[in-house]
Amino acid sequence: MSIPLRIPMIGIAALTSIVIAVPAVSATTLSVVMESRLSVLDPVVSTSHQSRNHGYMIYDTLLAIDANGTIQPQMLENWSVSDEGKTYTFKLRDGLLWHDGQPVTAEDCVASIERWAQVDRMGRALTPMIAEITPVDEKTFSIKLNAPADMILTAFAKPSGIPLFIMPARVAATPAKDPITDYTGSGPFKFIASEFEPGAKVVYEKFDGYLPRAEPASGLAGGKVVKVDRVERIEMSDQLTAVNALSGGEIDYVETIPYDLLPMVESTPGVTLATVEPFGYQVSYRFNHLHPPFDNKLVRQAAVYAIGTDDLFKAQIGNPDYYITCAAVFGCGMPLESESLADMVIPANPGKAKELLKEAGYDGSRVVILQTTDVPTISQMPVVMAQQLREAGFKVDVQAMDFMTMLSRRSNQGPTSQGGWSIFVTAWHNTEISDPVRSATVTANGKDAWAGWPDIPAVTDAIEAYAAAVDDESRTEIAERIQVSAIDEGVIAPVGTLMKPSAFSTRLTGVLDAATPIFWNVSKEE
Amino acid sequence: MLGYIFRRILATIPVMGVVALIVFFLLRLSTGDPAAIMAGDAATAEQLEDMRRQMGLDQPIIVQFVVWLGHLLTGDFGISLHSKVPVMDMIASRLGPSLALATLTIILSIIVAVPLGVLAAWSHRTLMDQLVMGIGVLSFSVPIFVMGYALIFLLSVKLGLFPVQGYKPLASGIGPFLHNLVLPTIALSSIYIAQIARITRSSLLDVMGEDFIRTARAKGLKESTVFLRHGLRNAAVPIVTVIGIGAAFLIGGVVVTESVFNIPGLGRMVVEAVLARDYPLIQGLILVLSLAYVLINLIVDLLYTVLDPRIRY
Repeated sequence: MSIPLRIPMIGIAALTSIVIAVPAVSATTLSVVMESRLSVLDPVVSTSHQSRNHGYMIYDTLLAIDANGTIQPQMLENWSVSDEGKTYTFKLRDGLLWHDGQPVTAEDCVASIERWAQVDRMGRALTPMIAEITPVDEKTFSIKLNAPADMILTAFAKPSGIPLFIMPARVAATPAKDPITDYTGSGPFKFIASEFEPGAKVVYEKFDGYLPRAEPASGLAGGKVVKVDRVERIEMSDQLTAVNALSGGEIDYVETIPYDLLPMVESTPGVTLATVEPFGYQVSYRFNHLHPPFDNKLVRQAAVYAIGTDDLFKAQIGNPDYYITCAAVFGCGMPLESESLADMVIPANPGKAKELLKEAGYDGSRVVILQTTDVPTISQMPVVMAQQLREAGFKVDVQAMDFMTMLSRRSNQGPTSQGGWSIFVTAWHNTEISDPVRSATVTANGKDAWAGWPDIPAVTDAIEAYAAAVDDESRTEIAERIQVSAIDEGVIAPVGTLMKPSAFSTRLTGVLDAATPIFWNVSKEE
Repeated sequence: MLGYIFRRILATIPVMGVVALIVFFLLRLSTGDPAAIMAGDAATAEQLEDMRRQMGLDQPIIVQFVVWLGHLLTGDFGISLHSKVPVMDMIASRLGPSLALATLTIILSIIVAVPLGVLAAWSHRTLMDQLVMGIGVLSFSVPIFVMGYALIFLLSVKLGLFPVQGYKPLASGIGPFLHNLVLPTIALSSIYIAQIARITRSSLLDVMGEDFIRTARAKGLKESTVFLRHGLRNAAVPIVTVIGIGAAFLIGGVVVTESVFNIPGLGRMVVEAVLARDYPLIQGLILVLSLAYVLINLIVDLLYTVLDPRIRY
């Protein structure tokens, strides 16, 4: 297109955006506001929770976890294990269709698994264990392992991080590093690309060809029965506006209510306040092991003793209904929960911290804490943490920045004098850190590890042992070893779990408790 | 005149070139990494590198600049790093709501502020004058977002008269279109009404002291005729200047207003693009907004010749 043509095109399109009407809104449209905007439409390329939520709308999964955390078949009719635990055979259920009407095949599943396994943490751990993955017939595929390992089911059913969404083989053929551009799924909703306005609106319509399972919906498992015609996801940057719009009946559902607005929502008629996400988010902090002062184990321990986690939550959330202090490296209330070394992690013990600092010969090196000001679940914690560290004798510098800048600063492996850092606070969905293989926060393989770059072979070896373990008893024992080593060595210091309150109109019924926000099973009374 | 317009339009080319240069390098010098937000918090260093490569951010800055400039010269603003939609399409889709809001704001500001300014000047040193100026000081002092939240609380949440948020295009009907824009327009206009009313008053008072006004009065003209026909016409140049400056500064006000009222316009897009470090989108937006600024100034300059025949270009 030539320049003279392009410029009038902008004018015409702009005029169009003033005068063109949106399609008539159906009587059964669900208007929802999520925690942040949807930027990336490929849930494999990005670990963003919004990309994941989008994935659950339009794609389906082979397995899913129910409200009790139990793995259930979803797209699968059944699976079987043979060859002494080395061969898994998966059979798809009848009636699965893509949004373009074509049947879902075993070949699609294999291609999706192969793409997913290149990027997901559990998928990457699984890859060396797989000898062969092949379609057997149209609806069956098998995976042969080098040695027995039942991590495969856990990996396929994981609800967060990068869940294993099944895509058509032609789409899954896209290199895992490149975002897909074809959004054909087989999930209960269809993505309406023609109405997608990045940063403003995302539209989904009920997929009439979806065949729900017969079981009742439970968590992410069971029958995904869609009871509305359309879901409009309205991107709203201002949470106060979202709450006002909810109370005015303009929208139906707000994923996350800021804690300071809870009293306002609680007193609003026609609005239900609920914690529909049952697992919660683990808050933790990591040290930079590469540079002083936290290249010294005793100094790291001193900092953990100095910081009292209850004070962090009080400052950040205030309302104890929405947080639990606990020392579990693999998540409070999760299957591998442990309270080992809780006495080190939870209370503030400046006396012990001072002793350790003296023993370590702390030279007054500056501690730089990265404070992410635009993440409402962790923004205030670094300020409290800094004061606790100062009281123990640390010299502390809190540096405030937005999340984007923090990500960039956090990747700097240099010393604090060259833009490096000493501590950052982070929050993960509990299902993303609930075992040693899937959790980034316990990685301790030096410069290949997650930010902080601890080099603790005992932890790394234990993670590998966990991946190869085949019974729950071994797994629990290994996880316990990691719990102790990770805290003792300052790989991670857990703060506890926070819960995010959601709010929705009392006209809605059937809102499910699940690890991610989902909109099947939801009815709207007009 | 046509020659002047042509020269002014030509002059925008180097201006836009300088803007392009500054915006490109300012962005690259600022902290933040679009690949990091796209890859997500859990991305490994390797995944991050792959993402940077895929986005072309692994190239030297100068190479990135030359590639971008090359595309720009063919009218191609590039592709959004995050949504993978052409920047030009994204801007076009968001221009409408911003244009509607800005236009209504300017219209409301003029039809409210100019009569208020005239009234204040007419009632100079009376209670009415002080009242008008007092309201002006108040509305000038209240930040747009405070005004917005106050209007939402009173008129939407409490009285249910207007929607809290959102935008309806004109084709939905003039009623819904205006209904959604009433509150944002009032919130955004408040500062401009105060500015324009004050300048109208002071310009009129200056002009009313001129010799030709005394002559008009000596001829026996009615005071209202003296005020509106002779006074206001001659006070128009500074008023138009302030309106022009106000229109340009609306760009900043639109950012806040669109966020508070959740209007999917360019203002919100600017904030989102900056937070996501979506370089091509930020660059495209700044270029379009700069062009709008230059064009508004050109229109104001041309209006001078209409209002004051003594001005010639």
